[in-house]
Amino acid sequence: MDQLIVLSLVALGIPLLGFVLVIFNQKSLGERAHLVSIPTIAFSTAISLYVAWVKIKNPALGTLQWSAEWIRFGIVPGFGPLAIHLNILFDSMTAILMVVVTGVSLLVHVFSSEYMKRDSRYARYYAFLGLFTFSMLGILLSGNLFQIYIFWELVGFSSYALIGHWYERSGPQYASKKAFITNRVGDVFFWIGILLLFAQFHTFDLRAIFGFINEGLPLSFSILGFSPETTLTIAGLLIFGGAIAKSAQFPLHIWLPDAMEGPTPVSALIHAATMVAAGVYLMARVFPLLTADAMLVVACVGAFTSFLAATIALTQRDIKRVLAYSTISQLGLMMMSIGAGAVASGIFHLVTHAAFKACLFLGAGSVIHAMHRAMHAVHDHETDAQDIHNMGGLLKKMPVTGWTYLIATLAITGLPLTAGFMSKGEILSGVLAYGNLQTGIATALPWIGFGVTMLTALYMWRQIFLVFFGIPSKPDLYAKIQESPRVMTAPLVILALLSLWICYGRNPIDPEHGWLLKKGVTTPAQVIPPQTAPTFRPKHYLSYQTEQDGFGIAVAPSIEGTQGWSVPPMPHQVALMENRHGISAIAEYYALGSAVLGFLIAWLFFSFRPGMAVSVRKAFKPLYTFSFRGWFIDDLYEFVFSDTIIFSSRVSAWVDRVVIDGLVNLAARVAVLLSRIVGWFDRYVVDGLVTLTGATIQFLGLMARSVQSGRIQTYLTWVVAAVVAIFFIAWWALAHPFTLSILP
Amino acid sequence: MTFAPVGLTHFLVLAAVLLVLGLLTMLTRRNAIAVLMGIELILNAANINFVAFTRYGAINLGGQVVAIFVIVLAACEAAVALAIVLNLYKRLGSVSVREANKLRD
Amino acid sequence: MSIFDILFYLFAAAIVLSAAFVSLSRNIVHAAFSLLFTFLGIAGVYVLLSADFIAVSQILIYVGGILVLIVFGVMLTNRVTNIDIRAAIRSRIPAFIICAGLLALLIAFITQAHWIRYDEEPWKKTPWGKNAVEQVTKPLQGSVREVIDQQGSQGTAAEIGKLLMSDYMLPFELLSIVLLVALIGAAMIARQEAVQKKRPLSPSLPTEVSQ
Repeated sequence: MDQLIVLSLVALGIPLLGFVLVIFNQKSLGERAHLVSIPTIAFSTAISLYVAWVKIKNPALGTLQWSAEWIRFGIVPGFGPLAIHLNILFDSMTAILMVVVTGVSLLVHVFSSEYMKRDSRYARYYAFLGLFTFSMLGILLSGNLFQIYIFWELVGFSSYALIGHWYERSGPQYASKKAFITNRVGDVFFWIGILLLFAQFHTFDLRAIFGFINEGLPLSFSILGFSPETTLTIAGLLIFGGAIAKSAQFPLHIWLPDAMEGPTPVSALIHAATMVAAGVYLMARVFPLLTADAMLVVACVGAFTSFLAATIALTQRDIKRVLAYSTISQLGLMMMSIGAGAVASGIFHLVTHAAFKACLFLGAGSVIHAMHRAMHAVHDHETDAQDIHNMGGLLKKMPVTGWTYLIATLAITGLPLTAGFMSKGEILSGVLAYGNLQTGIATALPWIGFGVTMLTALYMWRQIFLVFFGIPSKPDLYAKIQESPRVMTAPLVILALLSLWICYGRNPIDPEHGWLLKKGVTTPAQVIPPQTAPTFRPKHYLSYQTEQDGFGIAVAPSIEGTQGWSVPPMPHQVALMENRHGISAIAEYYALGSAVLGFLIAWLFFSFRPGMAVSVRKAFKPLYTFSFRGWFIDDLYEFVFSDTIIFSSRVSAWVDRVVIDGLVNLAARVAVLLSRIVGWFDRYVVDGLVTLTGATIQFLGLMARSVQSGRIQTYLTWVVAAVVAIFFIAWWALAHPFTLSILP
Repeated sequence: MTFAPVGLTHFLVLAAVLLVLGLLTMLTRRNAIAVLMGIELILNAANINFVAFTRYGAINLGGQVVAIFVIVLAACEAAVALAIVLNLYKRLGSVSVREANKLRD
Repeated sequence: MSIFDILFYLFAAAIVLSAAFVSLSRNIVHAAFSLLFTFLGIAGVYVLLSADFIAVSQILIYVGGILVLIVFGVMLTNRVTNIDIRAAIRSRIPAFIICAGLLALLIAFITQAHWIRYDEEPWKKTPWGKNAVEQVTKPLQGSVREVIDQQGSQGTAAEIGKLLMSDYMLPFELLSIVLLVALIGAAMIARQEAVQKKRPLSPSLPTEVSQ
């Protein structure tokens, strides 16, 4: 076992240890829970940092792995030998994301020690933060699908516990249930996908599965009569189903905005590092087996989600809901990037997004905290502390929060000198290359990407202008607003620094040569059969060949499989990589242009002429409502799933009441009628007949009574008698076989 | 038959007799605890069969493993059944299975 | 008649007689104590069948656990002050007839059946048997009897342990869950009864105080 693997397992185990220590000592720890939790996470972060540093420094280490047999079921009839292994897979992507997860988690832990002060379940809160971190680290280190699924469910469970932290109130209760159930829907697909692969390849190990696929799909790999290639597409999409739910992609994105009911630091953790990152990470992990069709679906779902969420974010009033929809939108971009084949860019954006989204969420938490304290000071219990229309001009009162928020906003909108500019430019250049080489719907993807960039700038700057600039809308509150204490602002400053370009490379406009893309995350080579790879328009590919000579790019980019599965890259991957080099500058210009355009619109509406926003809103009232209610998707689900079920149960209740009860009553009446007739016979027909009838009825009644005696032993006697009788008959029949002799 | 050397058949016949005696106990006794004793007898009859087949027929010790499972299940069953019987006694003041017929209505 | 045969008949007689006593005795306490001899006799039969581990388990669990439990049950549910300790046996002729029929049937089946072993020819020739023999014989060559005879005093515990941890892993784990559930269930039933008992007691509190 490699030393790095041991260390990373230690980093994985320590948060679990923290969880166990805190959850079983809730009463005795009480308000001191963070004294246990923060050191454990800090230790884990330190180990992750060291491990990642060693891994990035020594590219020669390659992909590390470790495997052990966990459960052996022996030989299962009809299947063959069955055993489940534990696999650890450790590559650069794992190392980097471990740092992200533990780092964000550490800052959230620190931030929470002030934010959650005097909460009645302080220790439970910290315990589940630890479990959450543990489960996410587990997903990162798992090398087989079964293990990923276990940790996947653990993530779901701990998010359920944290979103529903204030379970006395109906909102969090509802939100946590919604998150859990929505995730279950995706998990079912994910599990079916896993089993589909397992049924064919008899292993959960990702690398082994990739190896088998690379050797060629067997004809037996088929579901519902589809061809092996189509089945591979289906398997990829089923796994994507799990990622849709965890990463809040359309149509299962509905849980994420409601998850805002949880404490704000938890939102930061969910949005930045632990939960939603899992889906993107999973898609990057299984990327080698995504076929062209699966990739296109992933890209389209990502693009649509991103656009949908961006339009919804435009009109939200709650500071956290804006951020929630912005997360969905950014996750859509990452999915689109992975679908377009630019996996490294997607993961890069995941990393930078973790920094600035955590900063935004913790900043929002700081603002809400300040608002609450101010409201408390003026005994105001009416105002909504999270409504951005109740804020304004806060930059002067809360300089640290304000400036860090501003930096993070610059990063998320993708303005130069920030990390967001680099990662977003990367994504958009990858998608643009994909769109250029493809035909059909894929050509629209980059333009959706640029549109979303514009919308992102618009809604983020709207928020900035309404919250931190302008005139305070509640002057009495404003007077009492104070900057949050150091323990809350320090994480903000750290995260704001991490949102700058310098953390990811020296040149702010050239992320390709930054350490993260050069030495860290690489796009894995695909292992799918060639006929399922995207077919690019030959015109572009050929013209690109000539351009290649013109630009003098001679060296084909080497695509190292992050799985350590070193296979030569597919031709379409090479084409994509080469095409990107020619157009990455163009993509960055377009992205910058859209971001600036969005900023200008926001400035015009919300700062320069604040009245215009109101008149525009009035002029486009239906559109505004459409966006504000989130395209009515929640209402649609409510209608389709809840109302339909309620309606159908009403219908069946009606059937039960009217039809079935009616039948029963009818039967009863018939019975009454019959017994009257019998009574009439009894009374008026000849004496002997009367006696006979009476005796018969009595006899039948007695028979029925003795059978339905309620005495268990009587029943049992009958059962045994029946068994004996059946065996006697069968025996007799076997002993005397009878034949029908019709023929002479 | 009686003077043949003892073999599989003898054990099976013994188990059959035990089974029938257990069944008889279950069918004729009124006391719920006696019924429980009958169940134990039947389980033991099954166990004798398992072990006898393991000895005279099978290729590995699977039958003995199953016998262990049966013993453990019998322990579970006895614990739960006695809890139920005690409850019954508290409610009805008797342990007669004849009086436990409230579900009939 | 070998020693083995004599022992078998001795144990069989003990088992049948004591089981018949369980079935027919009028006194429930006597029945419970008679059950002890049945269990001990069965343990002896296990020893005759070279199943040492099962025999020990039988004594430990049945005699040490279940029987004690049953005796407790008898003591707790029969009011000693009442003479109502006898469980009446109604002459239930149908039950006797049916049981006699079943016994006759079973003995007929057992004595007439042609028992064959897994590795015997006619069974092995069927596709069904072939598969089974291939899968099952691999880990252990030769029949159990030979293995047991070879191992002699080593006992069967080691082999059972190996099987429990490999081929019977899943049932083993499931059984542990069943045990847990039974434990919780028994506790729950007892507790429910305790909770319900509290309610009718509370109005009678003043009388206790006055005493």
